[in-house]
Amino acid sequence: MLKVILSRFLQLVPVLWVLLTLTFFLTKVVPGGPFSAERQATPEVIAKLNEYYGLDKPVWEQYLAYLSKVIRFDFGPSYTYQSDSVTEVIARAFPISLQIGTLAFLIALLIGITAGTIAAVNKNKVWDYFPMSLAMVGICLPTFVMGPILALVFCLQLKVAPVSGWYGLDYVPLHPAVMPALTLGLFYAANIARLTRGGLLDVLNQDFIRTARAKGLPDHQIIFKHAMRGGLLPVVSFLGPAFAGLISGSFVVEKIFNVPGLGQEFIKSVFNRDYPLILGTVIFFGTLIVIFNLVSDVAQALLDPKSRRSP
Amino acid sequence: MPLLSVENLRTYFYTRAGVVRAVDDVSFLLEPGETLGIVGESGSGKSVTCYSILGLIPQPPGRIMGGRAIFDGVDLLGCDKERLRLIRGKRISMIFQDPMTSLNPYLRVSEQLIEPLLVHEKISRRKALDQAVTSLEEVGIQDAGRRLHFYPHEFSGGMRQRVMIAMALISRPEVLIADEPTTALDVTVQAQILELIKRRQRDLGTAVIFITHDLGVIAAFCREVYVMYAGRIVESAATGEIFARPMHPYNAALQQSIPALHQKGKPLFTIPGLPPDLSKPLPGCPFSPRCTYAEPKCREQAVTLQTMAERHQTACLRYQAGELNDLRAAVGV
Ligand SMILES: Nc1ncnc2c1ncn2[C@@H]1O[C@H](COP(=O)(O)OP(=O)(O)O)[C@@H](O)[C@H]1O
Ligand code: SF4
Ligand SMILES: [Mg+2]
Repeated sequence: MLKVILSRFLQLVPVLWVLLTLTFFLTKVVPGGPFSAERQATPEVIAKLNEYYGLDKPVWEQYLAYLSKVIRFDFGPSYTYQSDSVTEVIARAFPISLQIGTLAFLIALLIGITAGTIAAVNKNKVWDYFPMSLAMVGICLPTFVMGPILALVFCLQLKVAPVSGWYGLDYVPLHPAVMPALTLGLFYAANIARLTRGGLLDVLNQDFIRTARAKGLPDHQIIFKHAMRGGLLPVVSFLGPAFAGLISGSFVVEKIFNVPGLGQEFIKSVFNRDYPLILGTVIFFGTLIVIFNLVSDVAQALLDPKSRRSP
Repeated sequence: MPLLSVENLRTYFYTRAGVVRAVDDVSFLLEPGETLGIVGESGSGKSVTCYSILGLIPQPPGRIMGGRAIFDGVDLLGCDKERLRLIRGKRISMIFQDPMTSLNPYLRVSEQLIEPLLVHEKISRRKALDQAVTSLEEVGIQDAGRRLHFYPHEFSGGMRQRVMIAMALISRPEVLIADEPTTALDVTVQAQILELIKRRQRDLGTAVIFITHDLGVIAAFCREVYVMYAGRIVESAATGEIFARPMHPYNAALQQSIPALHQKGKPLFTIPGLPPDLSKPLPGCPFSPRCTYAEPKCREQAVTLQTMAERHQTACLRYQAGELNDLRAAVGV
């Protein structure tokens, strides 16, 4: 088991290298440069800036220079935030996305698994159709629709949460992370509900469930003790990538609620052609995704009794 | 007084292809401590019969259309679910055909083995586990104290069926329903498992409903036999009678196809044709398309089970009319 985890960690290196290289050359292919948007700048100033940041050198030289810095965990300065390094920008924005994402994840789990279980237990009855049609709506409704609806209800009507912003919002009862987290959480909850229902129904059809019933076990033990473990396997494999996606920040949701999270920073960096920030966030996202995929796989393997040894 | 009396049980499945009459008017009696065999080809409704009694039919698509199953004064088909649940696994237990899939792969055997005790009896975990060790020893599993904590995948098929038997008998039930418990096992293991069930039955005084598609197994085991075909009982008698005086051509054909009785050198007899599609109405005798004795009237006249001799019933119209006498000659064994 440990060996597998270790080897998967080593795989991280080539994956990230490919990701980095692709992104690096893609940014170079895109027309325009980081300073072309600044109207006031004269060609001489731009040339000076390009020279200062090494953008006048041949691409492969830039690439090698960048690579050699990245190996030392130096992601360079941000072009947009002149005084900040890429690491500092990420360190400032990521905790915000992490808070929102973690809360969204918990909301998604709680609602998704509950709804999916209720639906599976009441297969083809009202309490199956009702939560599952809601889930369908949740999946089809993009966050940029769901977000404003929630904002309308909770922020403008009930006034329990801030409409926008992050800092200095103590005058409303709810933390500014709650509304973005709810928006994201409901979307993921819908997916989890469907996976939970499907997984549970699969297991509930198995022979060993009939054995459990033949033993006279009450329904709740059949569901929670006998069916859940196998039924949640598909959910577990979904959770890793989902968590990585959630905590890396959603541009749409952060934009709606005007939260300065990593999702917004990433999109801004693309528009500003802030090459080091683009590369830095891409590597950061890549690492998160690979790590949490690995966590998912390990969790799944641990749930399989064949991976365990008996005394 | 019979311990369990099933009367006119009918269980249908409402599928897209139509109404499958899986069990159609089945009745039988089980006396305390005795062994009753139900025999018939695959698909004849044997499993559905037992699942119906224990409330294990998936509903939908299944539906119990009628009948009673009186156990100790309680109608299992009509009583409320909670009452049936308290009987299930405590007073009536069941073992299944496929030991590879009938145990939960995610739970240790110990956990699954003590469940009937924890659910039905006021007993501590500690005591239940002690009892589980004993029960494993009783089904011939060596080193039971250690292997108790194995996962099912660490046992072979035969061993798993032993675990299933231990689990079914741990609460000392009055009835054990064994649904083809040896069908999925190697031939060498089959005999051991049969011997084990027999021994445990003797020790505990449990009545057994033994289901099989192999009449040969019945011979060694059961006192009374019910032959099932297309969801109905077509013949029933004491085991000796079933073999000595078959009264239904289907029974006779089944005897011809017993692997253990077949003469070396000759090809093994198999009944030509297939059992009928249970979702279509079956006028007349359901066996008529495959029966060598079939006559036009067999396809038209309604069949009923009739008693021809002491506790010997047949649903064959021609036998009832006295037109068939020595079906045993046809068996040729
Ligand atoms: N869940 C189900 N849905 C539809 N038909 C079923 C279902 N279970 C059993 N049947 C039908 O009931 C009939 C009897 O099945 P079964 O009792 O399992 O036969 P046996 O145990 O004698 O081999 C078969 O024709 C089968 O197709
Ligand atoms: S009733 Fe007719 S078809 Fe049916 S078993 Fe008897 S002889 Fe054969
Ligand atoms: Mg069967």
